[in-house]
Amino acid sequence: MKKKLEISKILFTIGMLVLSFFFLVPLIWMMSAAFKFEKDVMVFPIQWIPKDWNLVENFKAVWMAEIPFYKFYFNSIKLATIQTLSTLIFSSMAAFAFSKLQFKGRDFVFALVLSFMIIPEQATLVPRFLLIKWLGLYNTHEGLILMGLFSIYFTFLMRQYMLGISNEYIEAAKLDGAGYFTIYWKLILPLCKPILATAGIIKFIWIWNDYQGPLIFLINKELYPITLGLQLFKDDFADNFAVLMMASLSAIVPLVIIFIIMQKQVIKGIALGGVKG
Amino acid sequence: MENKVIKTGLPVKYVHKKIFWTDRRKEGFFGWLFLLPELIGILLLYLFPLIFSLVLSFSEWNLVGGLSSIHFAGFDNFLKLFQDEKVIMALKNNFLFTIFTVPIGMFLAIILAVIIHTKVYMSSYFKIAFFIPYISSIIAIGAVWSALFHPSLGPINQFLAGLGIENPPMWLASPKTSLISIIIITIWAGIGYQIIIYLSSLSSIPEELYEAASIDGASQLQQFFKITLPLLGPTNVFLFITLLIGSFKVFDLIAFLTQGGPNNSSTVIVFRIYEEGFQQFNMGYASAISWLLFIIVGIITLISWKLQKRFVHS
Repeated sequence: MKKKLEISKILFTIGMLVLSFFFLVPLIWMMSAAFKFEKDVMVFPIQWIPKDWNLVENFKAVWMAEIPFYKFYFNSIKLATIQTLSTLIFSSMAAFAFSKLQFKGRDFVFALVLSFMIIPEQATLVPRFLLIKWLGLYNTHEGLILMGLFSIYFTFLMRQYMLGISNEYIEAAKLDGAGYFTIYWKLILPLCKPILATAGIIKFIWIWNDYQGPLIFLINKELYPITLGLQLFKDDFADNFAVLMMASLSAIVPLVIIFIIMQKQVIKGIALGGVKG
Repeated sequence: MENKVIKTGLPVKYVHKKIFWTDRRKEGFFGWLFLLPELIGILLLYLFPLIFSLVLSFSEWNLVGGLSSIHFAGFDNFLKLFQDEKVIMALKNNFLFTIFTVPIGMFLAIILAVIIHTKVYMSSYFKIAFFIPYISSIIAIGAVWSALFHPSLGPINQFLAGLGIENPPMWLASPKTSLISIIIITIWAGIGYQIIIYLSSLSSIPEELYEAASIDGASQLQQFFKITLPLLGPTNVFLFITLLIGSFKVFDLIAFLTQGGPNNSSTVIVFRIYEEGFQQFNMGYASAISWLLFIIVGIITLISWKLQKRFVHS
């Protein structure tokens, strides 16, 4: 009985290996194309392992282009880092007030804040665009950053987490003479590390992959993040798939590395609130 | 009051402060202080835009004409919505997009998740493998598929030609197949998310249920339909709603790959907002389309809250 089960497990594993290979074929093809000469990219049957390697030239074409790819990288890292940190701070501050401080109207305000989650981000693009324009922040990173300084959803998640922290800690700290800022910064935040890590990674990935925001709020190519940079490569290298695939590969690699290193947190975070909205 | 000063021997100012600054007041003050940044943000980026967009939706205004060219238009924008062929096309495409991506994605994901959960070795490898497209930038994914789907040179059509198919589909380049191409990419890129969600709730089903069932002689298929599927009920509802709402917000792939074309064959609501608002600068009309989106998503969300409540209570 046991042995039979094992055999079926082996067969399933082999079947799934084949399936996962076919599933990943587009990405394998991308890598292989990124390493080739353009003339070999669309040759059929496909040369999975290139006969002639053009890795260095393709890499140069992407990373030393008219607007080099590292600029897009830098912009993406800047945008994602600032918005991630500010979201962690502002949302955890609000979560602290919503979960640990008692005052009149608190729960009403919390319900009101949550109700704004129903509004799809895209439905308010027009007025937010006008607002940013009137503030003089159109076509600046600041304008784009302003859009993502906090997140209602993470406020909600962090509040849930903080509710699980015993109030006795806070009472003890108060008796020791700690003020509310000290309690928040020195006591609550360290206890919230797991949820902060999860929220931080997810927010970072969202911003890194954001296309719509930069498309609407930026026009200067020097300010583009990676997603819009890829758009430029698609327009400029419409006939050079080797270079386009190298650019795509360059955009994907950091995320795959983050994912493999921090698999558990990423998966937990995605399960909590993976779909951007 | 003066009595008190005499009693405590403290200056009036201090006593006033002491009475006013109670622990409760202090806690309330800090409560609002901690909320302040987020409340300002919500006022600026949620409440104001919401009201402003409602005002705009009743006006006709092209940004190019400056602020002075704005004027009240009554219900014109909303009447126009239902005669706008592109909007009707967009609604139809959103609907088709939902009908194909949501059930097919969920169906494939549930099968793959059950297999990965119990039936294979190296399950963590499979988690990663199916998840990588989801974590990758959808724009980079789109760039890859634009090459794969290339009508004459692309590997997919060369493969089909190799099989002897004479007129392979033009994929993204043809009005007949542009939407279905976007749907294929979406399912492929999104299935990792759905597998992860299913896996996390599969792991909370107690093993004993299956052991007891197999002692009673239930087949694997029976176990799936009698144990797994019913216990996944709340997850199914959650995923269905999340994907449903998400599918009405679809934009990135379409803007990047087809610009809603060819011939509006792949246009969707959000792309119509983008087209009217940020290519034609018709801010009034774009706001009216935005409200259409808001109402659709709002109705789905409200229904889903009701549904989820029922599932939690039952």
